[in-house]
Amino acid sequence: MIINHPLLGPRDASEFIYLGDASLIDRPDWNSENAAQQFYEYLYLRDNPAGTIRELWFHEYGDRSWLVVTRNTLTHEIVNVELARDIDREEKHSR
Amino acid sequence: MKYSGWNILKQALTGKKEWAPVWHKPEPKSHYETIVIGGGGHGLATAYYLTTEYGMKNIAVLEKSHLGSGNVGRNTTIIRSNYLLPGNEPFYELSMKLWENLEQTLNYNAMVSQRGVVNLFHSDAQRDSFVRRGNAMCIAGADAVLLDERGIRNLCPFLDYENSRFPIKGGLLQPRGGTVRHDAVAWGYARGSDSLGVDIIENCEVTGFIIKEGRCVGVETARGNISANKIAVCVAGSSGRLMGKAGIRLPIESHVLQAFVSEGLKPILPNVITFGAGHFYISQSDKGGLVFGGDIDGYNTYAQRGNLPIVEDVCAAGVAIMPMIGRSRLLRMWGGLVDMSMDGSPFIDKTRIEGLYFNGGWCYGGFKATPASGFCYAHLLAKDEPHPVAAEFRLDRFKRGHMIDEKGAGAQPNLH
Ligand SMILES: Cc1cc2nc3c(=O)[nH]c(=O)nc-3n(C[C@H](O)[C@H](O)[C@H](O)COP(=O)(O)OP(=O)(O)OC[C@H]3O[C@@H](n4cnc5c(N)ncnc54)[C@H](O)[C@@H]3O)c2cc1C
Repeated sequence: MIINHPLLGPRDASEFIYLGDASLIDRPDWNSENAAQQFYEYLYLRDNPAGTIRELWFHEYGDRSWLVVTRNTLTHEIVNVELARDIDREEKHSR
Repeated sequence: MKYSGWNILKQALTGKKEWAPVWHKPEPKSHYETIVIGGGGHGLATAYYLTTEYGMKNIAVLEKSHLGSGNVGRNTTIIRSNYLLPGNEPFYELSMKLWENLEQTLNYNAMVSQRGVVNLFHSDAQRDSFVRRGNAMCIAGADAVLLDERGIRNLCPFLDYENSRFPIKGGLLQPRGGTVRHDAVAWGYARGSDSLGVDIIENCEVTGFIIKEGRCVGVETARGNISANKIAVCVAGSSGRLMGKAGIRLPIESHVLQAFVSEGLKPILPNVITFGAGHFYISQSDKGGLVFGGDIDGYNTYAQRGNLPIVEDVCAAGVAIMPMIGRSRLLRMWGGLVDMSMDGSPFIDKTRIEGLYFNGGWCYGGFKATPASGFCYAHLLAKDEPHPVAAEFRLDRFKRGHMIDEKGAGAQPNLH
């Protein structure tokens, strides 16, 4: 697979480390009432979709940035690549 | 027909007229007592033991494709019971005992070959951890032998002992471990179940569950709706996709594991060998091909095929311990969907929906588990309580903090 890095252009997927579903960006609030349940779901349960997935890749052998890659798990086709920090900022902004 | 030397002779002399297909192709009925979804090794073994051990009747196995098209026909055929943790080891040792009698039980040649599994170690720390593992195995009634460098040299003189980065210091041998002809396991259990009246229905994909008032009462399939009192999901790599249809999120990700076979060679490997410093395992099939594999690719996928970086990685690891295979050519390679769980251990459990049961999370290592998985799943289905050796394979163990994490790698499926 080739990941089209927003800053560096097309890079081989073997330069990256895979973390998993991009929902890991949205860490639950430890102060909320049902924090234990929320953290259990956050840490251990996965949608594991057959089709489009948004996921976190870390450019370990490159610029060490975190990317959010939108990929099809049935075909391995990559349709979108964004910087995770941009997404995180946008989400915090819109909250 | 019973398979025996006498029958082979008789059929050879009488025009082979009585050899018949070993399972029927029945039309699905509208209702069953129990439906097992997934005609892989585990699903077929479940149906078999439901009938033989628990006296259940009116059972169907629904398979979306042909029998053995999933991981049971894609794995590297290694069986062993060399686990460390008490939640795992007694279960895998039960499986090993069932393997040892499987062919007599099924009257089917599954080519169970207890040629020994050697795990190499390369440092003092690794030796210590293997000693601990070997002791845990012995406590659970399994067999384990610690070999020093000389012991390994006697067994496998062809390894690269002069490797300066990862010198071979010894190994943990499980003499009863080995290999089994994978397809024959599916065929043997299918033949056994079919002859006891189980309906094995191929090309019958389950597309949804019929749930009424919190109870699962049937399934929607490519060949119409079928009702049942108990529905037992057993679809390995497709677990997430199928359970999603019942609204259940699992502690599982689907990944791909690749396997490789070389051209046929004269006998060179006496047993199964695993590399302790990289991830690589290898054995030689009776046809002569070297059968080997290594790490999973490491990203979520349902594509049943992998990518080239792992091919390079696996071959590099192989040549590192066994330079002599460097010039043999790869004949075939393929991938299978593996249901990687959050702690690397499986599930055999009820779900929160009554009547719906789940078996999955076998990661890259469920072939060796096939007999015990079927046995324990049948126990759960028949008695509604877990079999004692599978009592820890529960879906809620993460919530309770009772993970069974052999590697201590945490909730990161691609590290298990
Ligand atoms: C390359 C590779 C190497 C491996 N090597 C080893 C090894 O050396 N040792 C070891 O112990 N384990 C190994 N494993 C793991 C082992 O093969 C699996 O854990 C085990 O086979 C899974 O159980 P199963 O046989 O029931 O799975 P499968 O054979 O995959 O059975 C699941 C079945 O469910 C069917 N199905 C899926 N969805 C549906 C649906 N909606 N409706 C109906 N049917 C459906 C599938 O078609 C499939 O036939 C390996 C796996 C792979 C991929």
